Amino acid sequence: MNDVLTPTAEHPSTAKLPLRPHGKVLAVTSGKGGVGKTFVSANLAAALAKRGHKVLVLDADLGLANLDVVLNLYPKITLHDVFTGKAKLEDAILQAPGGFSVLLAGSGMVEYSRLTPEVRDEFLRIISSLVPHYDVVLLDTGAGISDVVLFAVSLASEVLMVATPEPTSLTDAYATIKVLVGQQQRQTVRVIVNQAARPGSGLAITNQLQQVLDRFVVTDHPIRLVHMGDIPVDPEVRQAIMRRQLLMQATPGCPAGAAISQLARKLEESVIPKPA
Amino acid sequence: MRLPFGPCAHIQRQVFKPPLALLTPSSQIDLQALQLDDARALLKHDAKDSQQEAGESPTGYLQRVIDGLCEISLKDPLTGLGNRRHLRSTLERAIETVARSGESVLLLLVDIDHFKAINDTHGHLAGDQVLQAIANCLADCVRPMDTVVRYGGEEFAVILPHCRPLFGRAVAERIRQTVASLSIPVAAQTNVQVTISTGGAYAPEWVRSTADLWIERADQQLYRAKTSGRNQVCLDQPQELSVSAEEKGLLFAHIATDEATMIRNLSGDAPPDSQGNATDRVNA
Repeated sequence: MNDVLTPTAEHPSTAKLPLRPHGKVLAVTSGKGGVGKTFVSANLAAALAKRGHKVLVLDADLGLANLDVVLNLYPKITLHDVFTGKAKLEDAILQAPGGFSVLLAGSGMVEYSRLTPEVRDEFLRIISSLVPHYDVVLLDTGAGISDVVLFAVSLASEVLMVATPEPTSLTDAYATIKVLVGQQQRQTVRVIVNQAARPGSGLAITNQLQQVLDRFVVTDHPIRLVHMGDIPVDPEVRQAIMRRQLLMQATPGCPAGAAISQLARKLEESVIPKPA
Repeated sequence: MRLPFGPCAHIQRQVFKPPLALLTPSSQIDLQALQLDDARALLKHDAKDSQQEAGESPTGYLQRVIDGLCEISLKDPLTGLGNRRHLRSTLERAIETVARSGESVLLLLVDIDHFKAINDTHGHLAGDQVLQAIANCLADCVRPMDTVVRYGGEEFAVILPHCRPLFGRAVAERIRQTVASLSIPVAAQTNVQVTISTGGAYAPEWVRSTADLWIERADQQLYRAKTSGRNQVCLDQPQELSVSAEEKGLLFAHIATDEATMIRNLSGDAPPDSQGNATDRVNA
């Protein structure tokens, strides 16, 4: 599989993907924990699946995986068993409610929360064998700039940065974008503002981030932030999370649900080819 | 007496689960049946009153003995610092905190340079005195919230919670310089001076690492400090995550505007917009 995914020797925590032009692997990440990354990953996957895409969500938050909690799925076989060679990759993939596939990390993945050469290789192997089978692979990564997060993000052709309007979330999103620009030479980062207080605030926040980046981050390849959309504050979100249901299944028509459908549409316009 | 916050409070909960017999109200503990003599001797050695006091309940007495033993089990007898076991439990708690909060916690491993030479030249008693002096010095150099332990031999560990990456090196340097300036009396009219090598690593933020991996990273840095000439500090550099005050100022510019709008809306100068978002903000 090395012809598909060739890790670059100079940057041990990044890998080059010739798959990038196809725009299939998307990383959902954030600067700070608890801003709704996993919520966005799972519901965006459901929204994309509804539009006819074959989607897989991979729990790439090895340190604090909680996609299982969001989806209320506790499978016997997980990514951990694939890593330890106890199970085959195809046996660890399961169908999530919402019409997409998931690969859950499993609690044992804590041991792999540090990026060793073995973890890298296994990760690369797994993703490269998954990619040909799906239209979209969403990597639900951890927060921040730990080496595992940066590595997972490096595998994606597109980065979806989830942030909330809080100052701490913005600061961490900004810091993470700086690292992505510096370390991975990213030129585009797509911003999703979760818990937006009012229409238009996400765009304002994205513009603000862009301004600060333009002023303070000097590179030979200017970074461009693309505002993908806002998910408004909506009591239905809390309801769905507490019931451990997908919002896109429980109340797809609520404001937040409509916003996520809109996000899926926008992704289709910009990064993902329309389903055949 | 149960210590709610002592250094060993968390360990008691893990290790000393009361046997079922203690939980049934009818049963009384037969203190005679328990072989408490060794425990009492240990406690006495640690200058604690180990006798059952008049009017003290058997459970209370037993708890006091257990608390005393816990304390001893976490202490290094020579220096009075925490020991390796104490280090491990502190690291494990720190890892939990870091995984959830992303707080910066620094682990320093400190090793006395050429310690064997002191033992060889001045004898082992002198060596012990040096260890005690360094232990006191380390403890004096850090904040009360920090933990200093004797890791083993002439090696110490310092755990510094809430230590931002910016300050880590400054703290480690301050310790190194303070130790180097010490003149330690080891015999009549004989003072020795020692230096230390320090290796440090931050706990990886937002992930649950293991104590072993963390120690290993600090140890690699200590090795680096030793091999590049001793009497120096080497830190495992965490990823640059610094956002300057100017950057923040510009970053938060929109919030000021947002808040102003909200306050205006709430104070009734203007009606909330069509989505009723003035109220939303308050709920959020």
